[in-house]
Amino acid sequence: MKHIKAFGAFWYDFIVGDDWHVAVLVVAGLILTAILAHAAGLNAWWLLPLFVIAALAWSLHRATSHYKN
Amino acid sequence: MNALPLILTVFVACAVEAVEALTIVLAAGLTREWRSTFQGMAVALVVLAVVTAAVGPAISYLPLTALRLVIGALLAIFGLQWLRKAVLRATGFKALHDEASAYLKQVAAAESAAKEARRGVGDWYAFTLAFKGVLLEGLEVVFIVITFGDNQKNIGGAVIGAVAAIVVVTITGIAVKAPLTKVPENWMKFSVGVMLTSFGTFWGAEGAGVRWPGNDAALLVIVPAVALVAAAGVFWLRGRGAVLAAAGTTENSEVHA
Repeated sequence: MKHIKAFGAFWYDFIVGDDWHVAVLVVAGLILTAILAHAAGLNAWWLLPLFVIAALAWSLHRATSHYKN
Repeated sequence: MNALPLILTVFVACAVEAVEALTIVLAAGLTREWRSTFQGMAVALVVLAVVTAAVGPAISYLPLTALRLVIGALLAIFGLQWLRKAVLRATGFKALHDEASAYLKQVAAAESAAKEARRGVGDWYAFTLAFKGVLLEGLEVVFIVITFGDNQKNIGGAVIGAVAAIVVVTITGIAVKAPLTKVPENWMKFSVGVMLTSFGTFWGAEGAGVRWPGNDAALLVIVPAVALVAAAGVFWLRGRGAVLAAAGTTENSEVHA
């Protein structure tokens, strides 16, 4: 069990890293893009880049905001 | 798509990992014993080769759409983590990765550990240090080679980029017999973060069912756009850092690596 946990923790750290919000935003962007493309027939190529930019900005803000006075 | 961007991206990404692995191997070899260090490296390289040989072809059996969706998501997440760290390091919110200090830490730990022979290896500490260092850094190389190579249907090109990076770093390391402290690691990581995020976004969206305007040519817009956004992040945080410094708040705030 300990080894399985360590294995899972390694891959979590390897892929997701320090901020899991980034992964959640990227996956949410992909799901929304797929829904728009397949259910609504909308070629929403612009949506994922918006989520990616938001993920980076949000993560940088979170990493530095707690040092505000 | 031309193979050159693929080879160059893999080359730079793998060079960064190779520099970090070299630091660990040098610390093990110079302070402990080269024979056990080489044994550790060799076993790690065999494990990496087996992983690449097993996972690479297996992934290529997935339908292209599913492959692009999964790999695009992984690359975008992975790339954003690199970009995030590079921006935080460039702005002083995170300590720069310093090969000289990483080397000294490894040397201090290696010098204080007892020598113990185990399973036919003369120095178990040197063996495990080299094994772990090469395996962990190598896994990132394997990840990049497989994801880029499979998606571009050009594993050979990705392997050429990776092998060239490892050879260049190894030859340079042998020549200088010291950690490569002069390598602009953070800017290399920044560039790789931009490329991984851009390709991940491109492939991920394609996998989700989108057709990019201009098809592959869209990357010529996506890559500079991601670089521009990340650079804007650097300027934004430099401004925030200056405000914090003026207010007397400490730098290098993020302590976890």
